[in-house]
Amino acid sequence: MACIDMREVAHSYLPKTQKLEQYALKRIHMTWKDGGAYALLGPSGCGKTTMLNLISGLLKPSQGQVLYNGSDVTGLPPEKRNIAQVFQFPVLYDTMSVAENLAFPLRNRAVPPDRIRQRVAEVADMLDLTPVLHRKAAGLSADAKQKISLGRGLVRSDVAAILFDEPLTVIDPHLKWQLRRKLKEIQERFHTTMIYVTHDQVEAMTFAEQIVVMYEGEVVQVGTPEELFEKPGHKFVGYFIGSPGMNFLPCRVRGNVAEVDGVAVRLDDRTADLAAKARGTLELGIRPMYLEVNLEAVEGALPADVKTVEDQGSCKIVTLSLGGHILRARLPEEQRPPHQKAWLRFPPEWTRLFADGRLVG
Amino acid sequence: MEKWEDNRAWFLVLPVFVVVAFSAIIPLMTVVNYSLQDIFGPGQAVFVGTEWFEQMLSDTRLHDALWRQFLFSGLVLLIEIPLGILIALAMPQKGWTVSASLVTLAIPLLIPWNVIGTIWIIFTRPDIGLFGVGINSLGILDVPFDHTARPIYAWVTLMAMEVWHWTPLVALLCYAGLRAIPEAYFQAARIDGASALAVFRYIQLPKMRGVLTIAVLLRFMDSFLIYAEPFALTGGGPGNTTTFLSIYLVKLATGQFDLGPAAAFSLIYFLIVLLFSFIFYQALLNVGKGEKRS
Amino acid sequence: MVLVLQSVDKIVRREVHLKDVQLEFAPGSRHVILGRTLAGKTSLLRIMAGLDRPSCGRILVDDRDVTGVTVRKRSVAMVYQQFINYPSLTVFDNIASPLKLAGLSKSEIDRRVRETAAILHIDNLLDRLPAELSGGQQQRTAIARALVKETQLLLLDEPLVNLDYKLREELRTELQQIFERRSAVVVYTTTEPAEALMLGGNIVVMDEGRILQAGPTPEVYRHPATMRVAEIFSDPPINFIKGRVHDKQAQLGEAIRLPLNGHMAQLSSGPYIFGVRCNHLFLKSTSPNDVAVQVMVELCEINGSETFIHIDYENTRLVVQDDGVHQLKIGRGITVYVNPCHFFVYDPEGKLVTSPDQTCYTGT
Repeated sequence: MACIDMREVAHSYLPKTQKLEQYALKRIHMTWKDGGAYALLGPSGCGKTTMLNLISGLLKPSQGQVLYNGSDVTGLPPEKRNIAQVFQFPVLYDTMSVAENLAFPLRNRAVPPDRIRQRVAEVADMLDLTPVLHRKAAGLSADAKQKISLGRGLVRSDVAAILFDEPLTVIDPHLKWQLRRKLKEIQERFHTTMIYVTHDQVEAMTFAEQIVVMYEGEVVQVGTPEELFEKPGHKFVGYFIGSPGMNFLPCRVRGNVAEVDGVAVRLDDRTADLAAKARGTLELGIRPMYLEVNLEAVEGALPADVKTVEDQGSCKIVTLSLGGHILRARLPEEQRPPHQKAWLRFPPEWTRLFADGRLVG
Repeated sequence: MEKWEDNRAWFLVLPVFVVVAFSAIIPLMTVVNYSLQDIFGPGQAVFVGTEWFEQMLSDTRLHDALWRQFLFSGLVLLIEIPLGILIALAMPQKGWTVSASLVTLAIPLLIPWNVIGTIWIIFTRPDIGLFGVGINSLGILDVPFDHTARPIYAWVTLMAMEVWHWTPLVALLCYAGLRAIPEAYFQAARIDGASALAVFRYIQLPKMRGVLTIAVLLRFMDSFLIYAEPFALTGGGPGNTTTFLSIYLVKLATGQFDLGPAAAFSLIYFLIVLLFSFIFYQALLNVGKGEKRS
Repeated sequence: MVLVLQSVDKIVRREVHLKDVQLEFAPGSRHVILGRTLAGKTSLLRIMAGLDRPSCGRILVDDRDVTGVTVRKRSVAMVYQQFINYPSLTVFDNIASPLKLAGLSKSEIDRRVRETAAILHIDNLLDRLPAELSGGQQQRTAIARALVKETQLLLLDEPLVNLDYKLREELRTELQQIFERRSAVVVYTTTEPAEALMLGGNIVVMDEGRILQAGPTPEVYRHPATMRVAEIFSDPPINFIKGRVHDKQAQLGEAIRLPLNGHMAQLSSGPYIFGVRCNHLFLKSTSPNDVAVQVMVELCEINGSETFIHIDYENTRLVVQDDGVHQLKIGRGITVYVNPCHFFVYDPEGKLVTSPDQTCYTGT
């Protein structure tokens, strides 16, 4: 178990560059707490795999230091850092059986054979691999193979951290559930530091206690799934998390009330206090599930045209047009959807104000 | 999946078929024909059935040549395959040195085969050859080195020439196989703390199975059929110590003009190569199969 | 164009890829083929395109038998998972390639390529090579190339599966709009039930080479004909509990007793399997008809503003999807509420006996 510190770390794949834009990873300064379940979430090219490789030691940072439990490991290769990594596609030793695969890291560290046998049996039991323990690893299904990769990391009881690089990419959707659940069980049982890289927000939110959202080489926000969902610090977080993402509407502020198309939209008290001082491009943000859709005009509601209504089984997604802006609302299954026109209300407790893309309040 | 069938495509194949028929199938049939007959002169032939086959199979000189051939091919495989793998492992993976080493490696493969024989004759000559002069000046041999002075010298020169000529092919094939292994395997091995030997044994070697099969089959077949280089180098001598199967066959056919026995021998030769190739192929395939199905 | 597949089989070296496929596609309709990997979706698409011949059966286009017609003679366009583009041609040439083969005039090609590129938002990338583009842009190029032909049949084989989550969402909405405007028959395969629901139209559920059910998407979702269809067409997975009906009551396991009302009123006595979707199990009572069940918590997964709670009911694993953020400890006993009107009832062979009716969904 280790607490991992990244101090003023930055990395560029072009060795002699000075320009900040060409850095794959711009200034990162953060701590990964011991025993925490973290997710690194972001779109392709945001730098999450670079970050993971800097933590594991497969890459040496152009600047900055990486510390494990206070000691500088920046120059150490992965084998000396005692970490484990699970890759996108199952990486196994094809010629060995499942048991031999699991035993391999321990054999390389000259652990006594009885201890190896015991540990392999424990880990196989944890991952429901006991029935196939003596079969050749190459003949198993993709999810079993990923479990073996995970097992190779777990089998070392003193492992500092387990890193996952989009591990469920090749797994069938209906098996992803089980594997995710298994990962979460293991994390809760053993409290190993686990860092999970993904572009899939459902994977990130269900697994992690803390999510690190990245965009273009920078950390945009760190928070619990709930915080990121309800208080996105940045427009990008509002957009990236949630399916569909947050709705944004340009607005003006008059006093402590926001105005869209001349209609006043009330804000919650805290935001309202800060609204008057807000500067820059102002936008209202509200998540589709909190946007109130009324079939008739009510006070404080703005009229909008209904473009489409999609029945998605457990909910309905309504796409509306308000003064040229497209908004989406998520209605529960039982609610009657509007037909051509709807009146939208913005509940103050869920309406957020963004100034130049940053959350106000 | 079944591919779409367009019958007009067969017409495009027809010219090739005709050419192959003339240059390969009809001559092959001629050989079969000769192997079953005793030809005294043009137009005078007697059907003798399997007589030539029986004669060839009991010919002691054939047995000697066969034994020598197996020894040669065996040595070739034993030396070239591991050496090729080692060279491939040592080759760089990135940068300009990759192209440089690939080109250097390919040079021996580009030289005409009998020229290679001549190169090595000159190289080992005791008067002007680098190696010949060099080893003789050391004075450690009782008989001065000349590539035909003693059978062992002939064999050493022959093996050196063969290895020099063809190991690059094995190395290039193995290099291609190694380059195809995804980086993640090596990263995982590093993380697991595997030594370089373990990485070789558990990752690189298994993943090279496909290219190694090709390398083994190619080298076996080529070395078993070898003619130009030994003939240019030693002519089959000293005596008949480097008379391999193909050299003996040519002597029979064009030297002694015993077309019947030579034809029968050709067919036996062909079947031997086919049999062993099949054995090698099945063996290598099954090493892989044991791991895929379980 | 009306496309009909009659009794199509595809057997390759004793492996059944497709068996007894009967499908009919009306002109301008949209169809999603949903199935797990190796269900036969790609085989089916290849046969529809004309890339493969079926082992038996016929394919009819507008009542004409086209089973023997090569793909080049058919009006079909296909988009693959792997962003297939001509690597040495620019984006413009890539999109223009089918038009060049058809021999259109240069001005006409130019107009159509620019128009299609604008629809897919790649009109500013026309002189780049595919290797210089991101994954999403490469796939847009492939889609543009398929659209520009204006064929009568448009086939897409899991086109978004290799893209990022958010990119997939965006492209999916765009594709929906594009499909609306076309008069072609659109067939789209996927392994994700959520995607099938988002795309709408009609759905064809496949498993192991067979068609299990076909029809309008909301209908198949609300009335899955077999347990297997319900399993495949649900994410998170649907919950199944064994039970029996006797004495005018349905008994699920030991502790759940449901009165036989509404859609279950006509059930005869005997064993059944009851299914209920995760989002119909709640932590609070939502209607007077709710039945309370004591269960044990196994795991909690927080997904933004909703939580997936994995519970254990008499050794059966179930999943509850409820709004709000709940942090429940493992091993804790909780009460879960369910309205009986939400149960699907299947016979022991897996066939649907009765499913919730419309009133249940509107919350009356």
